[in-house]
Amino acid sequence: MKTFILNFILISSVVLPIPGKAAEDFVYAQQSLHTRTLAASCAACHGTNGNAVKMNAEFDATALAGLDKAYIEQRLLDFRTGVRPATVMHRHANGLTLDEIKQLADYFSRQKPEKHTMPEPQTLKAVQDE
Amino acid sequence: MNNAADFNRRDFIKTVGALGALAFSPHAVAMGKKPPIGRVVVIGGGYAGTSAAKYIRMWSMGSIEVVVIEPSPQFVSCPLSNLVLGGSQQINDLTFGYDLLKKHHGIQWVQDTVTGINSDAKKVTMQRGEISYDRLIVAPGVDFIYDHLPQLKTAEAQKQIPHAWKAGWQTVNLRQQLEVMPNGGVFVITIPKAPYRCPPGPYERICQVAYYLKAHKPNSKIIVLDANAEIVSKKGLFTKVWANNYAGMIDYRPDSAIISVDVQTKTVSTEFEQVKADVLNVIPPQRAGKPAQMANLLATDYPWCEVDFLSYESKTVANVHVIGDSVASGLPKSAHMATSQARVCASAIVELMQGRSPDPAPVFANTCYSFVDDKQAMHVANVYRYDAAKKIMVSAEGGGVSLAPSDKEGAYAKAWAHNIWSDVLT
Repeated sequence: MKTFILNFILISSVVLPIPGKAAEDFVYAQQSLHTRTLAASCAACHGTNGNAVKMNAEFDATALAGLDKAYIEQRLLDFRTGVRPATVMHRHANGLTLDEIKQLADYFSRQKPEKHTMPEPQTLKAVQDE
Repeated sequence: MNNAADFNRRDFIKTVGALGALAFSPHAVAMGKKPPIGRVVVIGGGYAGTSAAKYIRMWSMGSIEVVVIEPSPQFVSCPLSNLVLGGSQQINDLTFGYDLLKKHHGIQWVQDTVTGINSDAKKVTMQRGEISYDRLIVAPGVDFIYDHLPQLKTAEAQKQIPHAWKAGWQTVNLRQQLEVMPNGGVFVITIPKAPYRCPPGPYERICQVAYYLKAHKPNSKIIVLDANAEIVSKKGLFTKVWANNYAGMIDYRPDSAIISVDVQTKTVSTEFEQVKADVLNVIPPQRAGKPAQMANLLATDYPWCEVDFLSYESKTVANVHVIGDSVASGLPKSAHMATSQARVCASAIVELMQGRSPDPAPVFANTCYSFVDDKQAMHVANVYRYDAAKKIMVSAEGGGVSLAPSDKEGAYAKAWAHNIWSDVLT
């Protein structure tokens, strides 16, 4: 009983005081550095943290944030084997290790879906080019 | 309105610099947070610099202060800028502000030109004053080498013969020159020896100019003077496109480095011949940008900066990191590559500034599209992995190029642009 109470105090002091945003930050910080940087490299097509811009175009890149982990993993494996035809994704899927594919699927499944937009285009100002 | 805000910010940074108040961050204080654990100064607001600034703020959860120094008031995208020459994009489609990036991530911004870097004192001097850093990121892009083409150094000469290799008014100028060129005119483009910014860029440009001329001035010709022995990137694909889509229009001459230019007559000379143009586009040889030169970051026998690929810290100067086109590597100098390097650098800096080690084996991707007309594009794509024995990034298995250009890849190339702009600018 004493052990139980002690455990309870220890656990509650570690786990309970991190609700909401702080808990998310905690998970975020614990993502391995390797996966964090590798996943960020996907942003050129899939947006920051997997939140692809929606232009209502026929070929918007898939928004990966919050998708099912198993689904992302299977898609990457299918690109890798060629079961699912791709324009470019087979290049990337083949360059990753199976472990990286698992980790990326896990990482993107944990990202919060957010609406990301393109910056507004502007008129080029009259400054001297270099 | 903007001017007033800029003026206040400028004045403020000057004051901070003058007081040397290093631990003071107005953002952190205003947010009621702890003081920052340190300050990173980023020189350059291109693809590399913006990415590094944003991801340091994100991954440090705001605990590292970031100040970006960039001379231009706007971001103009080099990717897609060749399409301005073809006529399917306007420069104003590719021009953006930095406001959302600054606002969303609490990045401090100074619109100014760097005039000196003192890496012993850890200070950067700008026109308005100096600022101290704990770590410095140098991301200035490329600088043009005019040693052998001194005639082209002036702004006046570049009005006649634009490089248009940094998207902006030169891009617009080159398009206007094509618009007034007579049907039957000659467009001459010269390509420097690799490495240069955007390996497939010159060949994409040739497609775009051919696309425009084919529709509007079909009797015109394109002469390509390439300093390289062959097409540097996507060779098979470009060769096929030129033969199939632009048959008889493109005269490609390899091993044709130019040794002089006559600005008045728009004539270039190689060791073998003189070529006169109606519209002349000289892409000069390139090296790491001026701030990298100021900090003595360039290798002795090579005009690019050698770095540790785990952190992008300079091999010659401590606490100074280099990312983007200025890096000496076997990797293509592309926008996606610049952002990939920036994030490895950002991740490493966040760890190093908290006394931890960076990822010992970084992996990232690069996808680069080239448009062959207004709609069709083709890719080269690779995953790159750190090779611990060689201490460089090497291509992983499975990389390569498209089988052929397609409308579908053109649509994905546009999606790439929308997403990378959103990633680096919001």
